[in-house]
Amino acid sequence: MTTYYSEEHEWVTIEGNNGTVGITNYAQNALGDIVFIEVPEVGSSHAKGDEVAVVESVKAASEIFALIGGEVTAINEALEEDPALVNAQAETDGWFYKVALSNVQELEGLMDADGYKAFIATLD
Amino acid sequence: MTEGAPTAPVCVLFVLALEKYMSVENPELLKTPLFSLHEELGAKMVPFAGYAMPVQYPLGVLGEHNHTRAAAGLFEVSHMGQVILKGTDVDKWLESLIPGDIIDLKENHIRYSMFTNEHGGILDDLMITKRKDDLFLVVNAACKAQDIAHMQKHLPDNITLTELTNRALVALQGPKAAEVLSRFAPNADKMDFMSYQEVQICGATCFISRSGYTGEDGHEISIPADKADEVCRALLNEEEVAAIGLGARDSLRLEAGLCLYGHDLTPDTTPIEASLLWSISKRRRAEGGFPGDKIILEQIAHKNHTKKRVGILPTGRAPAREGTVILNSEGMELGKITSGGYGPTYGGPVAMGYVKTEFATIDTEIFLDLRGKKRPAHVVKTPFVPQRYYRKNLK
Repeated sequence: MTTYYSEEHEWVTIEGNNGTVGITNYAQNALGDIVFIEVPEVGSSHAKGDEVAVVESVKAASEIFALIGGEVTAINEALEEDPALVNAQAETDGWFYKVALSNVQELEGLMDADGYKAFIATLD
Repeated sequence: MTEGAPTAPVCVLFVLALEKYMSVENPELLKTPLFSLHEELGAKMVPFAGYAMPVQYPLGVLGEHNHTRAAAGLFEVSHMGQVILKGTDVDKWLESLIPGDIIDLKENHIRYSMFTNEHGGILDDLMITKRKDDLFLVVNAACKAQDIAHMQKHLPDNITLTELTNRALVALQGPKAAEVLSRFAPNADKMDFMSYQEVQICGATCFISRSGYTGEDGHEISIPADKADEVCRALLNEEEVAAIGLGARDSLRLEAGLCLYGHDLTPDTTPIEASLLWSISKRRRAEGGFPGDKIILEQIAHKNHTKKRVGILPTGRAPAREGTVILNSEGMELGKITSGGYGPTYGGPVAMGYVKTEFATIDTEIFLDLRGKKRPAHVVKTPFVPQRYYRKNLK
């Protein structure tokens, strides 16, 4: 199980050909109190870079672009009733959706945990 | 009036970039008398109408909103314009620029009105206090230069206009606000809603108005700039009081159904279209005598306006932001959302916007185009959260 991160502050944990996707703790902190999350439909497919989700905080609506392409196999239904779960547990219970990867090569170019940590250190 | 948090859809990266850019290193920005207090309190400062203003403190927008509804919140709004008009028949003269009734306003009382243009459109909304010897106006930050120029253009020789650039303005709002203020200014809690008095706080002459922009009880307090820091620290020292930023100010006023100039009110909307008929007295409706009176009075008499501001309640949990297109069941455009977001006290999305008048009836089903999806909503009465102003005659 390996977790990869994007410069757009998303993470994906890979197990075999499947990934679990969410936004990072850094992102939830910057967005502030999250009040609504729209996740993609189960069975839908998207390419890397497509808009797949929307996060609404008290501050603004933010579009989330896919860091990997594939078919959505599950969504986190708990987020509908409790979107603030992402503020509390962004990188664990606050996952957005699971995806069957269409191209594992797309993981190249994403960062590992240390790389992401170094990346966000340059932002502050 | 004019406060607000960013509302346009943006990606996470953009929010982050924006916040970095907006970290107020810009030397062009004006600083209010409370700038160093905000920094000390850990506020996130953003540029707003040319000033560095606190959008939120470490408590966060949601926490600040809830604190104001539960106890008392202190907001700085020194970027707004404070203006004194003085001279013979100043009441009558101001009535030539606004549809509000100033002649019949009682001394030490406050009225909400708006500057209108020759088409009846709203140039700004403002508060007018009738004091013993003059009128005290509070206008929006983004409009103050334009408002002052507008008044000066029409100013007769016997009336003087003075901008009070040496005064800060704060608001103390919430169910505990009047009680807190009365510890510093005895009887502040006995004042009627929309009334005014001068008081001494920490040895400074302050103008206090029982009004605000949150739907809660409370006061707005004009303080000499050199005493503002001291007065605000004293207020913040009271256990019920927390500092509140512009982010929560926007969600509080939206739930209270109060208009934000530049968004819900513009030069292209008349007071009638904006559902502000209540702000025009019987005498002014009969007499007119303000810019755009012909158009406004005709809209009152014949209801011939084609759009109207309404409260909008989206079904479900997705907030509808400013700019969202409003549709009927056939997909025809009815208008746009002008303010919208999540109402923390209401517990769901709330909005207001303009629709064609035939769709402005309460309970009418409408639809919102949210990122290409047509989602149901209803026209509803505002406020979304009951206003809790202090009314003496009800006590």
